Amino acid sequence: MTGQSHRGAVTAKNWIVLLAIIVVASAIGIAFMLALRWFPEQGSNVAPDIDTFWDVLVIVSVPIFVAVTTMLLFSVWRWRQRPGEEDLDGPPIHGSTKLEVIWTIVPTIIIAALTTYAAILLVDIQAAPAKGTRVVNVNGVQFAWDFETQTPDGPVKTAKLYLPINEPVKFNVRSKDVIHDFWVPAFRLKVDAVPGITTTYNLTPTKLGTFDVVCAELCGLGHAYMRQTVTVMTRERYDAMMARLAAPAGTPAPATDGAAADLGKTMFVAGNPATGATACGACHTMKAAGTTAATGPNLDEALKTANAAAITEMIVDPNKQVAAGYSKGIMPANYATTMTKAQLAALVKYIDQSVHGKG
Amino acid sequence: MAAKIRQPGWYRALAFSILGVLVCLGLSTGLRAAFTVDPVYDGEAFLQIALLMVPLFFLGGIGCFDYWLRWASGRTVVDDHADHGAKSWRDYFKVNTDHKVIGIQYIVVSMFFMFAGGLMAMLVRAELAAPGRQFVDPNTYNGVFSIHATLLIFLFVIPVFAGIANYVLPLMIGAPDMAFPRLNALSFWMLPVAGTMMLLSFLAPGGSFAAGWTAYAPLSVDAPIGQAFFTIAVQFAGASSIATALNFLVTIITMRAPGMTFFRMPLLVWANFSTSLLVVIATPFIAASQFMVLLDRALGFNFFNPANGGDVLMYQHVFWFYSHPAVYIMLLPGFGIISEVLATRARKPVFGYRMMAFSLLAIVLLGFTVWAHHMFVSGMSDWIRIPMMITTAIIAIPTGIKIFSWVATLWRGVIKMDTPMLWAVGFISMFTLGGISGVMLAMVPLDIHVSDTYFIVAHIHYVLFGGSMFTIMAGIYFWFPKMTGRMFNERLGKIHFWLTFIFFNVTFAPMHLIGVQGMPRRVSDYADQFATWNLVISISSFILGFASLIFLYNMITSWRSGPKAGSNPWNSLTIEWQVSSPPPIFNFDAIPSVVGGPYEYGVPGAVHAVFNDTKPDPLPVGAGAGAAEAD
Repeated sequence: MTGQSHRGAVTAKNWIVLLAIIVVASAIGIAFMLALRWFPEQGSNVAPDIDTFWDVLVIVSVPIFVAVTTMLLFSVWRWRQRPGEEDLDGPPIHGSTKLEVIWTIVPTIIIAALTTYAAILLVDIQAAPAKGTRVVNVNGVQFAWDFETQTPDGPVKTAKLYLPINEPVKFNVRSKDVIHDFWVPAFRLKVDAVPGITTTYNLTPTKLGTFDVVCAELCGLGHAYMRQTVTVMTRERYDAMMARLAAPAGTPAPATDGAAADLGKTMFVAGNPATGATACGACHTMKAAGTTAATGPNLDEALKTANAAAITEMIVDPNKQVAAGYSKGIMPANYATTMTKAQLAALVKYIDQSVHGKG
Repeated sequence: MAAKIRQPGWYRALAFSILGVLVCLGLSTGLRAAFTVDPVYDGEAFLQIALLMVPLFFLGGIGCFDYWLRWASGRTVVDDHADHGAKSWRDYFKVNTDHKVIGIQYIVVSMFFMFAGGLMAMLVRAELAAPGRQFVDPNTYNGVFSIHATLLIFLFVIPVFAGIANYVLPLMIGAPDMAFPRLNALSFWMLPVAGTMMLLSFLAPGGSFAAGWTAYAPLSVDAPIGQAFFTIAVQFAGASSIATALNFLVTIITMRAPGMTFFRMPLLVWANFSTSLLVVIATPFIAASQFMVLLDRALGFNFFNPANGGDVLMYQHVFWFYSHPAVYIMLLPGFGIISEVLATRARKPVFGYRMMAFSLLAIVLLGFTVWAHHMFVSGMSDWIRIPMMITTAIIAIPTGIKIFSWVATLWRGVIKMDTPMLWAVGFISMFTLGGISGVMLAMVPLDIHVSDTYFIVAHIHYVLFGGSMFTIMAGIYFWFPKMTGRMFNERLGKIHFWLTFIFFNVTFAPMHLIGVQGMPRRVSDYADQFATWNLVISISSFILGFASLIFLYNMITSWRSGPKAGSNPWNSLTIEWQVSSPPPIFNFDAIPSVVGGPYEYGVPGAVHAVFNDTKPDPLPVGAGAGAAEAD
């Protein structure tokens, strides 16, 4: 068969070139993948180990993909059907026991090595915390978190999470309604908050700063907005903060009328990020405040006939009575704990004046 | 008119459906009155009964049960094959027992739902193009992505494979039809019922079902009535799936042509044999999980209510005991398609045929041992994590055998890179990526971080789009000439492939990155740091959606007026190509005799099956693919 030299066996030279392409392409691929900034900052003791594990997985994976793709591309280029070969068949090669044994055993070894590495790492991560480790009770509710911890001055409950740096902490995670998931990407660990059981994990925060707390399990309408922050601080600042929060709340100074209106509008538009009180305007339309969201009812219409007392009740206990066409359990039910009495009063006054055109 | 209502068909289906609504109304009000529940009429009570029962009235009206009921009631049944085969396009809208008609019905209906589900994906991407709210409120958003996944899983990937196999498999094994043609028709007609129900949930008070395709309790138990549309539609899709799988198993086991030993079966037949085993064993579990949700919702059974002794995690165990094998239900038939396309278009036997068959069975077996890897962060007992990680990683071994064997099949072939082959080769490369991210996800310490993030979204789309979807396209283009008797437009086919291949990667590859960086999945809003990538992904996804319109145009125009295809345009050895395109009404004038393996390309004078006489085959059994394993 003349004119078919390109159908000859693969020479040693071909193999060397192929191998060189695979090695070089893998090196470039690995370098590229490792250069990308994959993870958020490392905020806990387990983060460096998990990030290193990722690097190992990348280094093992890239050559496998590169090798398969290179062989594919080489085959379809080298052995493409050329003009005049329309009726030609390839050689009837049915298999090769040797090759098949190799490509069963080599992946088995890789898999065994990776699972061993993963298992050892997991045992470390799962290790039970030492006795006396600080415990934070994490409670999920549609669509907010609260965090509860014991301090020398008594229990402290916050909507944002505060932790001292370099001290182990154990999270007891619970849910009051549906499944949520307590995840701090900077810490690398997460666990579902499951109604009826307590789930846990423990770690040591290792970096000062404020990081995101994310709900990672679909929990309903407000799932995307169930975000919070954790602030890792020095032990001194942490102790001072807990002492302040544990102290019985003092009576706030009576606000002047103008200041109260400003405070009410601020509460409506921005909420109180310090305690996790969600802004009303994130879900509700109200002309006076310039908000246009439609997750909840339009307040200009829904509150037409409501007086200040009724508005207060709707904010504090939103599930008692729900506007027609809207479901229970969507509006956070934690405003009584995330706002001070003064803030609540100012907010109610602001809404009352706005919807009734008194402002 | 009265005569029309007595005949099976759409008029009677409409009449029966109206009757069904009245019966359900009577049943719900009657029962409530009997138990003195006030008020007597309750919309949700009626709706849940109607969702269960009206489809049965519809199926009866359209004619799915006529023959069985006549037979069971002792009346004369006529076996004149009046409802077998299609003489005009109208016959495709009737209950038909011809596996070729049913195959087309399956494929066209699932393609409709592919476009519906794809449209939902466009909506999701439009909403996610920028942080904050663009087009839809959070309730609609949750509904749109839930229905996107549900339609594409239950109404596209699973049934389109059943459709392709319905058409091709009986021809491949030399059978005149499926083993149970009437059951086959019933299986098909349950699909439009399920799909319509899912789409109708948009009209439900309180919005469509919005708890994801996973419908985790207790979210699904507390959700508005739209959730019941999912809970019940899944029952119909599942029943359809189970009945078809049973049909395939019996067909493959009992209806092979003389000489068609198991190790002479094309790998597509092996693949559907394996898939059907998975379906028959696993699908009842999702039916159970949804029935438990329904009972919790409608009758307060408290299966998943911890306050009354219910167990929330049980839902996930039962659900994933089906839904992980479902991943293989959505892949194995595609593996079969790829083996057919590669051997034919590379003119070489499939490398390591027997190992290809055994690896399918290995995946079936292992597929049942890994479900809890979906639950590594669910709060289940910690000790389950390491065993499930190991079994999950082990599945990479038989899967790897398949990938390496496909590459070796190409090696030294005579390769024609036309449209079916482009999809097949594209599949091998993309599925390798999906497999690799799968092994990464099996590794618990990493999974804890990336679980429920966009990394998962990227992984499942590399497996189900770069995997399943590419194999479906390879199969549709490959058998299009056989099904329609016409050739598709090769140029448009290539443009469709390249646009899809490029923008598939631009759409889904960055999702790996934003997932690891911390973007959770199933959110209508996200932190500003992810805005740039999300915009890139959204723009790319619209081009990806546009590419599917080229496919639609190509299919419609080629079906109407493409150049005539001969009986065997790919010069293939398997039996479906040895009969006319499209095949005669009962497939074969004489049952073929199988005399060798299905992929003996390059063996001088090799044939797979002969038609001319019925003498026993002259070659000893085993002279086929497997016996010649040594190189």
